[in-house]
Amino acid sequence: MKLKRTNPHPSTHEIQEHPALVRIAHWMQALAVIIMIGSGWRIYDSDPIFGYYRFPIWATLGGDPMQSKIAHMDPGVANALNWHFTGMWLLLASYLLFMAQGIISGHFWRHLLPVTPRSVIRDFIAAATFRLPHRLGEYNAVQRAAYWGVLFSILMMFLTGLAIWKPVQLSWLTALFGGYPTARVLHFLFMAAICLFIVVHVALVILVPKTLVAMVFGRASHPIHSKEPPPYAEK
Amino acid sequence: MPRNEKKNRTIPLPDKPATERPRLLVDVDRRKFVRNGMSLGALTLLTGCDISDNDVVQQMFARVSRWNNFVQEELFSETKLAPEYPESMAVKDFRYNAWYQAALAPVIKASAYKLELAGLIADKRPWGVQQLYALPQKSQVTRHICVEGWSMIGKWTGTPLKVFLNRIGADTTAKYVGFVCADGYYESIDMPTALQPQTIMAFKLSDDLLPTKYGFPFKIRIPTKLGFKNPKFVTAIYVTNRNPGGFWVDRGYNWFSGI
Repeated sequence: MKLKRTNPHPSTHEIQEHPALVRIAHWMQALAVIIMIGSGWRIYDSDPIFGYYRFPIWATLGGDPMQSKIAHMDPGVANALNWHFTGMWLLLASYLLFMAQGIISGHFWRHLLPVTPRSVIRDFIAAATFRLPHRLGEYNAVQRAAYWGVLFSILMMFLTGLAIWKPVQLSWLTALFGGYPTARVLHFLFMAAICLFIVVHVALVILVPKTLVAMVFGRASHPIHSKEPPPYAEK
Repeated sequence: MPRNEKKNRTIPLPDKPATERPRLLVDVDRRKFVRNGMSLGALTLLTGCDISDNDVVQQMFARVSRWNNFVQEELFSETKLAPEYPESMAVKDFRYNAWYQAALAPVIKASAYKLELAGLIADKRPWGVQQLYALPQKSQVTRHICVEGWSMIGKWTGTPLKVFLNRIGADTTAKYVGFVCADGYYESIDMPTALQPQTIMAFKLSDDLLPTKYGFPFKIRIPTKLGFKNPKFVTAIYVTNRNPGGFWVDRGYNWFSGI
């Protein structure tokens, strides 16, 4: 029996597909970002920038402080620095892989553009009032802006990170970020931006778990209007 | 297809009356959010055990640290000078930093002090404080950056290490220069950094003779390296082709630690 469809979708399912390269780069990046933030927080704790605020030890990466006192004569700073300067290579590799795939395949241009301030505001209001439907494989303007935002923030983490790692050899870069102490604060602020992205990103994955299925197995589909009757024509 | 038409008639139209509010997406998902969130939380708990002090992890750190030494050596340029600042920016009350309290810093008597020389050096006769002070000196106002993240601009005055190495006939084609300190500290640097013009044997801080806690009679001031690569209370200098490591380096910190 042939049914005439009025909906523009070629299928009755919303489909999300991720190539293997994207999934590998995504999870490599996820691991690298967790390593960088966890170890970064332990390094921060050894000399807090903002007053006396310290990240709780359990949320940081660098081993047991008591064990570190014996092995490294510090509360885990050597371990944290090692994680940080190891993780940066993993982050660099996965970031370049992710960017190269997105640019060469055209995925960035096709799905993450266009994004205008107007569309972002419109979709943000819709999302804030829980009236923005999630369609698998389709990105709304807020998502697009968020993805560009986090990719930009990671780029800035590399640049501000280089500025505070090599303030002599790359003194021009450090000067560009307003000198060593300012570059260090910027490195912290872009970290905070990435944390904000992660919170929203993970919350939305919890709301629409199919996206996690797609990012792990490569493909997920969801019947369109599953809780409502199929939008078939009357005649 | 009359049967199908009949069936379709019972289905409500997708176009809802304008008065009806659109379905709230969050309503259907609130319970699921909590359940899914809990399973995700359980997953992160599983990975929560910190493996930092695992032997395999420590070996990986050592390998990556060697790679990072190589990368930093490549990035280092002997002609690239650390930025210098106006004297007004130099901090007078410089931060004291060591693994012991300032009161426990070794007190060295100028009259009893001898700087010993060893390794690939032609003239190994020890040097006294007055001999060292007679060497040509120059000042620098540079930023001291600690591995922990804090930094401070200071004014140091002393003799370029290159001048001293040439004076004692050190083999500057060797790979490393090592330092032994009165407080049990030890450190070593690569020869290109030792020959960089801003690497000095600093006798003065803020125009005053180096106070005991800052490393009397002198510290090695290297504005192209992190703070811990600037040893204080130096009692021996040696030149070698075998990497001597360092106090913190042997406790897991990166050896090159250039900035």
